[in-house]
Amino acid sequence: MKTVEDINKMRQDMVSKTDDKTVIYVHLGTCGIASGAMPVLNALKKKIKEEKRSDIELVTTGCAGICSMEPLITVKTAGYEPVIYKLMDEEKALEVFESHIKNGVAIEDYALARGMEYQLKERALNKGPVSGEKKMEGNIPGIEEIPFFSLQEVRVMHNRGLMDPGKIKDYIGRDGYQAVIKALTEMSSEDIINEVLTSGLRGRGGAGFPIGLKWKFAHAESGDVKYMLCNADEGDPGAYMDRNVMESDPHSLIEGMIIGAKAINATQGYIYCRAEYPLAIENLNKAIKQARALNLLGENILGTGFSFDMSVYEGAGAFVCGEETALMRSLEGKRGNPRPKPPFPVKAGLWEKPTVLNNVETLANISQIILKGATWFREKGTVKSPGTKIFSITGDIDNVGCVEVPIGTPVEVIVNQIGSVSKGKNLKAVQLGGPSGGCIPKQHLDVAVDYETLQEYGAIMGSGGMIVMSDDKTGVEIAKFFMEFCKDEACGKCLPGREGTKQMLFLLNKISDGTGSEDDIRKLEALCDVVKKTALCALCKTAVNPVLSTLRYFRDEYMNSVHTNELERA
Amino acid sequence: MEKLSEFTDEQMQQVDKLIEASGTNPSGLIPLLEKTQGILGYLPPSIQQYISEKTKISANRIYGVVTFYSYFTTKPRARHRVQLCLGTACYVKGSDALVEKIEKDFNITFGNSTEDGRFTFEKARCVGACGLAPVMLVDGKVYGKMTVESLDKILNEYE
Ligand SMILES: Cc1cc2nc3c(=O)[nH]c(=O)nc-3n(C[C@H](O)[C@H](O)[C@H](O)COP(=O)(O)O)c2cc1C
Ligand code: FES
Repeated sequence: MKTVEDINKMRQDMVSKTDDKTVIYVHLGTCGIASGAMPVLNALKKKIKEEKRSDIELVTTGCAGICSMEPLITVKTAGYEPVIYKLMDEEKALEVFESHIKNGVAIEDYALARGMEYQLKERALNKGPVSGEKKMEGNIPGIEEIPFFSLQEVRVMHNRGLMDPGKIKDYIGRDGYQAVIKALTEMSSEDIINEVLTSGLRGRGGAGFPIGLKWKFAHAESGDVKYMLCNADEGDPGAYMDRNVMESDPHSLIEGMIIGAKAINATQGYIYCRAEYPLAIENLNKAIKQARALNLLGENILGTGFSFDMSVYEGAGAFVCGEETALMRSLEGKRGNPRPKPPFPVKAGLWEKPTVLNNVETLANISQIILKGATWFREKGTVKSPGTKIFSITGDIDNVGCVEVPIGTPVEVIVNQIGSVSKGKNLKAVQLGGPSGGCIPKQHLDVAVDYETLQEYGAIMGSGGMIVMSDDKTGVEIAKFFMEFCKDEACGKCLPGREGTKQMLFLLNKISDGTGSEDDIRKLEALCDVVKKTALCALCKTAVNPVLSTLRYFRDEYMNSVHTNELERA
Repeated sequence: MEKLSEFTDEQMQQVDKLIEASGTNPSGLIPLLEKTQGILGYLPPSIQQYISEKTKISANRIYGVVTFYSYFTTKPRARHRVQLCLGTACYVKGSDALVEKIEKDFNITFGNSTEDGRFTFEKARCVGACGLAPVMLVDGKVYGKMTVESLDKILNEYE
């Protein structure tokens, strides 16, 4: 059986292995693979073999963050700073091999940046390479000079682009499972809960509920069977932060689950992951197996007396299953119908047992809170919402990707400085929170992303999908798009949800296709009010938000649409 | 038990193995159905009935589950499954133009198969590759940054 000492020794071995080798990192997230990273990897593999360069280490990592530049590789030669190359293909990768690795000359045209993300802080101080590394010549910006990277604060994603998610050793070498060791050997359940409470961590699944409090409630429940669940359903279309975390750093999620389980005294856990994420599921299953083999999961973890095990459960495609009560019905093998609360899941959840459900990103925050403490956690973010949040920024911008910023960062920074609106596109609004969310129009871009402020503007923090929309689409079209989604995904159990979404879509169609009237707009508003108040679960209650939000900011477009129609008919 | 004529003996043996491994615990139902569909391609009422008899889970409940989740299909698919992502990021990047083109070129509405049994066209939920929007999947393989021009080229690779 493995013990705490064994894990610490593994870590020590990895840390002391500092030989300065030549390393090529190939970044293989879903986006990277879809953009052609596999042929790049294979070409490099073949080349290394042909040239008998066993001194070169080839590392495959998860996503490196900037999806629009995939496939990305990072090349580091002994003694020199690394260089990130963008938009690779087999040919370009081999050119890089010849020039950079064999002749020590970086290829400016293909290079994205000098330096890697984990070196950002030191590089910013040094205005150049970290100590021990020499500068690569050429007109290539340092990573610290590129706003996409320098304006981010990577905490949850601190291992991105750097580590092979399939190798638990790599994770352990980067302080992985140290938080589990601390939580299981030095802390009581109460200590863990207090640390998380003090950190002020709020649920990243959308609602922003204080995590420490949720854990405290579940802890207080009596009974020996409790469950620790992870919500990896990520149903908001246009959001993929959780996929990124699971693919690139699955152990950070497992670590959070173990610590949560200890806090509430659960012995079994499940990750409910959507079937649309095959790579995430594969990486998670592999990681769980490896953790089990090192006795980090299972009976009597590392000899500490605490037992906990977990598995991945594949969802079968229903947006409503992201809702907590529906998710639990689905895990039980039933239709994913939500049910009214109370009772809350902390009292009666999975199989009616006390259950905690947390989002992927929430759980991936836990190990660092335990290891570095609540005070450290509060150094970033706002007083009410400490820490960072990952957003996936997509739409009409150039730098598409997952970005992690302190909560409270203005939307403007994320969209214009990190993201950069595409040339030739006129920014109209930024949509947050998906089908339950709303728009922040251009004139309010200076608002801070935090739970309360966004709500004032009729949007929500949501899970982190941030979609940049140009004036290609009208407000009515945006509302219609989301209503169609909600109509399809409504579970059909409650009447306001089932019929209300249908009727609202009917009215929106009418308004946009040329048969609507001002009266239809009034009807739409009245219907929004009814559905919001009477639908059974949050899916349909909040389905009205995209309508209300576009009406609030783009009412003139609704009016124009019905007036042109009225004129045409007259 | 009556033999299900639409499937081969070999397929049914695999299904039997799955049922055996999954047991009669209703909580294993969704994974069991997912894997069964993986083997058979679809879940017609006959197979639902078959699973019900073997697992003692009511046919009613199985039907309820199959119809609730979009992952399951009761109709056989064509040789190639083409899915266009209609998530928000893909919508903003113009996936509707691709839908239009396909519906026009193949004279078909989404959700159906071409008469020659070559393609089944379906709308997909976001596959999380939003960075490459608009996104299309063919037999599970992800194609990003789709355009009306690249569409033909990709579909031509699938016979
Ligand atoms: C319709 C609907 C869909 C949801 N989808 C998700 C989801 O995909 N992922 C998620 O983490 N939370 C989702 N939630 C929120 C969950 O119900 C729950 O609040 C969350 O998982 C709790 O985790 P947290 O406390 O870590 O935020 C959804 C809620 C609703 C009403
Ligand atoms: S919206 Fe199409 S992949 Fe996410």
